[in-house]
Amino acid sequence: MAMATATDLPTIESKGFIHRNRMKIAPWLFLAPAIIMFLIYVILPIFQSMSISFYEWDGLSDPVFVGVANYIELLDDELFYTSLKNNILWLVLYMLAVPAGLFIALFLNQNVWGIRLYKSMFFFPFVISQVVVGLVFSWFYDPTNGILALIYGIFGGTAPAILADERYVTYGIIAAGLWPQIAYCMILYLTGLNNVSPDQVEAGRLDGARGWKMLWYVVLPQLRPATFIAVVVTVIGALRSFDLVSIMTSGGPYGSSNVLAYYMYETALSEYGYRMGYGAAIAVVLFLIMMVYISFFLYRMYRQEVEEG
Amino acid sequence: MKFTIKSAVLGSAAWALASTAFAGELVINYDGSDPAPKAAFTKVIADFEAANPDIKVKWNLFDHEGYKTSIRNFLTAEAPDVAAWYAGNRMKPFVDAGLFEDVSDVWESAGYNETLAASAPSMTIDGKKWGVPYTYYQWGVYYRKDIFKDLGIEVPQNWEQFLAACAKLKENDIAPITIGTKFLWTAAGVFDYLNLRTNGYEFHNDLTAGKVKYTDPKVQAVFDKWDELIEPGYFIKNHATYSWQEALAPMVQGKAAMYVMGNFAVAPLKKAGLTDETLGYFQFPEITPGLPKAEEAPTDTFHIPAKAKNKEDARKFLAFLAQADVQTEWNETLGQLPVNSKSQVADDQFLKAGFEVLNNAKGIAQFYDRDAPAAMAKAGMEGFQEYMINPDRRQKILERLDKVAKRVYKK
Repeated sequence: MAMATATDLPTIESKGFIHRNRMKIAPWLFLAPAIIMFLIYVILPIFQSMSISFYEWDGLSDPVFVGVANYIELLDDELFYTSLKNNILWLVLYMLAVPAGLFIALFLNQNVWGIRLYKSMFFFPFVISQVVVGLVFSWFYDPTNGILALIYGIFGGTAPAILADERYVTYGIIAAGLWPQIAYCMILYLTGLNNVSPDQVEAGRLDGARGWKMLWYVVLPQLRPATFIAVVVTVIGALRSFDLVSIMTSGGPYGSSNVLAYYMYETALSEYGYRMGYGAAIAVVLFLIMMVYISFFLYRMYRQEVEEG
Repeated sequence: MKFTIKSAVLGSAAWALASTAFAGELVINYDGSDPAPKAAFTKVIADFEAANPDIKVKWNLFDHEGYKTSIRNFLTAEAPDVAAWYAGNRMKPFVDAGLFEDVSDVWESAGYNETLAASAPSMTIDGKKWGVPYTYYQWGVYYRKDIFKDLGIEVPQNWEQFLAACAKLKENDIAPITIGTKFLWTAAGVFDYLNLRTNGYEFHNDLTAGKVKYTDPKVQAVFDKWDELIEPGYFIKNHATYSWQEALAPMVQGKAAMYVMGNFAVAPLKKAGLTDETLGYFQFPEITPGLPKAEEAPTDTFHIPAKAKNKEDARKFLAFLAQADVQTEWNETLGQLPVNSKSQVADDQFLKAGFEVLNNAKGIAQFYDRDAPAAMAKAGMEGFQEYMINPDRRQKILERLDKVAKRVYKK
């Protein structure tokens, strides 16, 4: 027996490192394609952008190292502050999509004949492309032939040129962006409402909860996961508000509707741009702002897993 | 910018085609994707091949907007033998980066130094010629002949007459000048003309070369003239909402009477119903009495990339494309003006007028956004737009432009 174990041992060992550790290696093997892709297309470019932001580079000639000069210039750049201010406006006003989506979802969450059709019609703006949304709203705002001009005309007024007036332009674009975003939040809440337990609603009703109280103390707490996702997608949607700005105003008039994402594109890649270093510096700032939310999101996920696990 | 995705796809497709070149073949990248430029260029290529039977031309057609991005890729990676581009400061980044070939020898051997003399300055950097021009077009004031006639307005020759015409139109509830500044450059056209007429050609060059400040009294004088148009409300309302094409509509409808524009506006205006009887052209009126008049005439060009494989045949093509007869025929189809002074101009009242104006010009400016470096042009044009909406911010805008200029021109 002793002989046997002695001869058996080397055979187990001879099965090698991979065999012994396969339980540890297997998950990494399965994760590898995703990790490699993520490293190449997400992580690496982040560090590349950071390093480019220390150079002055037009994309053609050799880059020149300028240290933090690009960041110093940012501090003194009116357009950068306008973009930053607009980004904050976007973040704040875009949040309206969450309660608005919730109320539409509550309204549509009933069993009436044809409700599926109504639901899909409310969901429609999220399905069409942002480019189309932008074009539709630009026509809507057109101060001579748009619907807005017609409405003003009925009351004997003259419509403001929303997209040509620095005071209104950002609000005009955010309103256009809210249309599909509300639909998105609505669909999140509609699925969430399916999981609201009827027992608890019933119990609440027996205890005398009605209307707002019912919503606040019984329904909303059960919708917490949906609310969380709705807030996250809305924040991300607000921060990458690029397509609408590009389609509706190209950042104008004179840069007053710029947001960081578009300003970055404009300085780095547009016809009058090709200042790669400066664009990269803007990208880094945008990344840092996003990082705040990403960290919060990751922390929440982690907490949840710890609680549940 | 709307066309970025489409053009990126077109661009890369054409690029893939370009990479399969072989000896004896001349690869040309061209950005005239509209029907007229395409037809005209097809004919030019056919004529070139007939004149040079041993050369097989292979040309890649690019979308006009997308080309501006594509050229940066193909010049550094897989270069064609000949590439279309623009004169003036627009070609400077490529010349500075060593991506264009010096073609002064072609100018010498083809006699271009005489026949293309007017365009020579805009093709020269560091005393060398970097390309060959093939077409340009005049700018000026396009106006409604019938409205002018109805109101008894004569074609204005000087600034006082121009202001009087504007006042008269305004009295009759017609917007004197239409413009669409959404994409900014139209405002630069107005600025350039006010500047060329107030301060002259040299000052335009000094300003776009960064030799004078924007807060200079001479620039202030330009804005004083501009004030005289803006304060009484001579431009259409809400111009920042419109593209240049959208701003054509009021003119066609008779709600506006004039447009400071390039000759390319004639085709869409005629398509929309205006005729030679209702649409006219006049040279931008005199402001400073006795100052020689310079004009805007953006020039389109062809260049040989430094990394081209078949430079010998490329030189033959450049020597061919600016010949008098080739340019005559080419520009007749294009509806533009030949650059060669020995060429004939098409039988069209606008082209004839433009040819006359440009031949007597003191100098030819390329346009604000082609003469000034890109970063300066962008800031400048945004400033012009902001000023047109908020004329009271003039001083702040000019100070900001000085700040941008300090950074842009420091090298």
